[in-house]
Amino acid sequence: MLKKRLIAVLILRDGQVVQSVRFKHTNVIHSDAVHAMEAFNKWAVDEIVILNVSRDSASREQFSEIVERISRYCFVPLAAGGWIDNEDYAQKLLRSGADKLVINTALADDPQLVSRLALRYGRQCIVASMDVKRDASGLPQIAVDRGGRVIDIAPEAWARKAVELGAGEILFNSIDHDGARKGYDLESIQKVCETVEVPVIAFGGVFTWNHLVEGITAGAAAVAVANLFHYTEQSTRKAKTHLANAGVLVRQQGQSLTPAKTGMAA
Amino acid sequence: MVSQSVAIVDYGMGNLRSVQNAVEHSGGRSVIVANPMELSAYDKIILPGVGAFGQAIACLHQTGLSIALNERREAGAHILGICLGMQLMCSASEEDGIHEGLNWFSAQVIRFLPETGLSVPHMGWNGVDFVRDDPILAGLTSGSDAYFVHSYHVRCDDPTDVLATTDYGLRFDSMIQHGNVRGIQFHPEKSQEFGLGIIRNYLEMPC
Repeated sequence: MLKKRLIAVLILRDGQVVQSVRFKHTNVIHSDAVHAMEAFNKWAVDEIVILNVSRDSASREQFSEIVERISRYCFVPLAAGGWIDNEDYAQKLLRSGADKLVINTALADDPQLVSRLALRYGRQCIVASMDVKRDASGLPQIAVDRGGRVIDIAPEAWARKAVELGAGEILFNSIDHDGARKGYDLESIQKVCETVEVPVIAFGGVFTWNHLVEGITAGAAAVAVANLFHYTEQSTRKAKTHLANAGVLVRQQGQSLTPAKTGMAA
Repeated sequence: MVSQSVAIVDYGMGNLRSVQNAVEHSGGRSVIVANPMELSAYDKIILPGVGAFGQAIACLHQTGLSIALNERREAGAHILGICLGMQLMCSASEEDGIHEGLNWFSAQVIRFLPETGLSVPHMGWNGVDFVRDDPILAGLTSGSDAYFVHSYHVRCDDPTDVLATTDYGLRFDSMIQHGNVRGIQFHPEKSQEFGLGIIRNYLEMPC
């Protein structure tokens, strides 16, 4: 059976791994993203998402170099995003070792780019990232351009549009929940999961391992964590154990590479 | 002069860098080969691939790589097909019409039926259950999870060709072997320790 995935997100600003709190990034966690990557690799995380949240589009070049360096040590799927607004840069990221493209602002500003990329590389390559922000009355809306521009549309409608354009997966994030330590925006996640058939990755707000279980219960196929993984030793292992104990089917910890007797199924 | 390096076939489709990274991490050396004339120097050849079957097999024929691959296969080279590369080794695929493959395995490539209620593509980590022994599985544990991304699956006509199966609404053949040719439906280069173990076993096979 297909397992629920545990995903580690690396938020990069100007080449450094930063902590994200409501989309503000004042705290540098690692100056070298490869160090963070090596830890995740060791700890049996199922997938890596690396996002360039730099304010300056000139960061593209440096970011693709980091993707290239990270991919040498990344033996799980690697999704990369941030400032993907043309086909050449998308191709550059894939050639640098990314397996999937994470697209956010282009869903609003150049929807046809998303369709062209899906046609060229397949839907499985396109992850639509959506950042949800609640207005004063608590109504969830979509924000693009690193959270800077609000679009008056419900998350589930935005997700449906993304899938129509060719997205094979949704990365759901909440600006209000980001770094707020209160768990995912479960209400919005559940609506998105009920609306689209593609896998939904829940992201934004995890502070306890049980928040991960809540994301899966809301319908997510994968649960993503950024900040918390950096501050807890063996964190991904602990997260997996908690999920398994709660009855969630997850990939068990990687087998040892040391030779053992070959296991045979009947 | 036979090279100790592994040739990774470049026919314009697929994640060559990931495969190359995994080979190098496992202690091997690899060379990306697009020219069919150069293939004769290699006794280990990886045929990767992500994309559509029809386009891929057309590329192999147009470039002359299919003839060169057949020659290497007959000469006893260990050829490893990954994902679409495995599917290309089969008799035929029903992806967007019927396309003939390299026909190294008497096997069909069939679309996952939406009736199973499971989403297509089959994407994510799923268990690989061994059905018999093979040097490529040495030291590895049956039931380990590997990373899959595919909408079509392989069904061998001869059950003795099947090395491992996986359950996704139905049981499909996730690893196959016949003589010196092997196919893997998942991505060993993206399947962490289990996948790297497969790559390492492949590198250690005597030529």
